[in-house]
Amino acid sequence: MKQMPQFPEDPEAERKRIIKQRNLMLGGLLGAMVVLFYFISIARIGG
Amino acid sequence: MTAATPTAPALPTDWRDFFALTKPRVMTLVIFTGLCGLLAAPVPVNPVLGFTAILCIAVGAGGSAALNMWWEADLDAQMKRTASRPLPAGRMPRESARDFGLVLSFFSVLMMAVGVGYLAAAILAFSIFYYAVIYTMWLKPRTPQNIVIGGGAGAFPPMIGWVAATGDVTLMPILLFAIIFFWTPPHFWALALFVEIDYAKAGIPMMPVVAGRHSTRRQILVYSVLLLPLAMLPFWIPGGAGVVYGASALILSTIFLLLALRVAVFRQGVGEADMGPEKRLFRFSVFYLFALFAALVADRWIMG
Repeated sequence: MKQMPQFPEDPEAERKRIIKQRNLMLGGLLGAMVVLFYFISIARIGG
Repeated sequence: MTAATPTAPALPTDWRDFFALTKPRVMTLVIFTGLCGLLAAPVPVNPVLGFTAILCIAVGAGGSAALNMWWEADLDAQMKRTASRPLPAGRMPRESARDFGLVLSFFSVLMMAVGVGYLAAAILAFSIFYYAVIYTMWLKPRTPQNIVIGGGAGAFPPMIGWVAATGDVTLMPILLFAIIFFWTPPHFWALALFVEIDYAKAGIPMMPVVAGRHSTRRQILVYSVLLLPLAMLPFWIPGGAGVVYGASALILSTIFLLLALRVAVFRQGVGEADMGPEKRLFRFSVFYLFALFAALVADRWIMG
């Protein structure tokens, strides 16, 4: 697992980078869940 | 839970730390055994619903692992093996781990209920409760039998996989549960023997710390002896597994037993402090479970 730098050179840039990555990850997961629910619905309708 | 709280991180928590809370390595085994339970079931499974079931098992396991790390943050800080986890290392506020664990647990059960079935969802919910509350919070700090009881938590995935496919609890999923239940003590106590000092320092009543090495080695042997006939039962019961599984289970369980005998009885030429036999048993025990369940699926596919 990647260790967080204890004293980043630019803390504000590091903070923005981490938040951006987290948002991207969360967005990706939510999108994947929507797609999954879509396919579950089709599978269940199909019996 | 003890009172100390790790220092708040100066930076927001990285997503990798949230991922680490789910104990990805343990999750690999959970996904694998759950998938084997699903694939070994004697009914065809819709791939989408099968994928959903495995995803729910994995997310549920991740949620209960996060709750485990939230509760044991102070203990983890005292052990070398766990000190670099996100909470003891101070990279995450404690409450974030708790909330993350609760959200994952809730959504995994909800999605299993909506997408797959209520019985599988109910067993998943109970398995999360069993690991996070009965094992982690209640029994682990109180009894040296914690690993025996905790084995139940790890034994649920193949049962959930099977029930997700069939919608029913029969003898086979109960046997799969029992195999992992009896496999866990020798697997974990072999590890506990060579990281004994860590557990003692953290005050966890692990068997080698409380009962001593000799007694632990004997108990490893007892469970290994019981594991052999238990692993053979799916081959013996009518409508169970076929000869591919039977032969694999016999060979694997015999090797397991021989390694356990080396740990417990035949230690000639091995010093008390030399943990070579324990390390070999631990490594083989991981392979054993993967191979045994893979053989079960292969048997279903080959023998029909």
